[in-house]
Amino acid sequence: MNYLLRGIGVLTTVGVVSVLAFSLPSGEARGDGSDGMMPKLTHKNWQQECASCHIAYSPALLPRASWRRLMGGLDRHFGENASLDPTTQADILKFLEANAADSGTSQIGRRVMQGMGAKDAPLRLTETRWFVHKHDEVSRATWSRKSVGSAANCAACHQQAEKGVFDEHDIRIPK
Amino acid sequence: MIKHVFICGLAMLGMASAVALAAETPASLMARYAQEAGIPVSALSAARGAALYRTDHPGRDGQPVRCASCHTDNPKQPGRTRVGKRIEPLAPAENPQRFTDVAKVEKWFRRNCQDVLQRECSAQEKGDFIFWLSQVK
Repeated sequence: MNYLLRGIGVLTTVGVVSVLAFSLPSGEARGDGSDGMMPKLTHKNWQQECASCHIAYSPALLPRASWRRLMGGLDRHFGENASLDPTTQADILKFLEANAADSGTSQIGRRVMQGMGAKDAPLRLTETRWFVHKHDEVSRATWSRKSVGSAANCAACHQQAEKGVFDEHDIRIPK
Repeated sequence: MIKHVFICGLAMLGMASAVALAAETPASLMARYAQEAGIPVSALSAARGAALYRTDHPGRDGQPVRCASCHTDNPKQPGRTRVGKRIEPLAPAENPQRFTDVAKVEKWFRRNCQDVLQRECSAQEKGDFIFWLSQVK
């Protein structure tokens, strides 16, 4: 009898722990960067507005301080005016902060933070140590190909970048 | 019966306002900008619109820049953003979604006029621009 109770106790504990361990913050499903997938997130304004000119880069690739700087200067966004109405801007920033590299919501964010100084707030995710390390085998000549354009053009080589898939098998570097 | 009529009326009102919110056309936007500029629609000029599209301006980095830099010389062709993402064609003949949402139209005029002309576009320039593009066949 005692063993039976103990057994039930153990099973309950395991169950509760695994439910806690696998329940993720809202908006995030599978894909946390450890399997070649960006965190799976949905947010209407982020997807609609940020993806007008480039893919909607994952919030997990920069810390909160970076997103605040970036969203505070949309009228001169890497040489272009990308200004938004204040409501949309605030809505997107809230989402970016909630899922930023230092928000603790993703494995890939933790990796990005490992290479980041405490006060670092880079504006370009391509300048983070994580990004540079991940792409250290890509030569300068390859980056400057017309078909690639710039390091910000993920989809030039990552065939399924728009779906958040960055698996090694989905890379095809254009000529 | 009265209740029924009332509900029908409400439903129709709802549909009408939904249509009013969504359904801008190049023509309705031209009328809007002409009115804003204080001129009749007939005073808008497709030739001025074409010139606005094709004229080079000194960009922020000193390099010449024009609408066609990203949208290509033929507005029926897709363009490319600086990062390399596809831009759907500007000409309504090729892309009927263009100039059907005033908020979107205003957002892009605000951004792109600042980038190309280093200033906002006037209401007349916006009207000329849409007039020319809606004539591209």
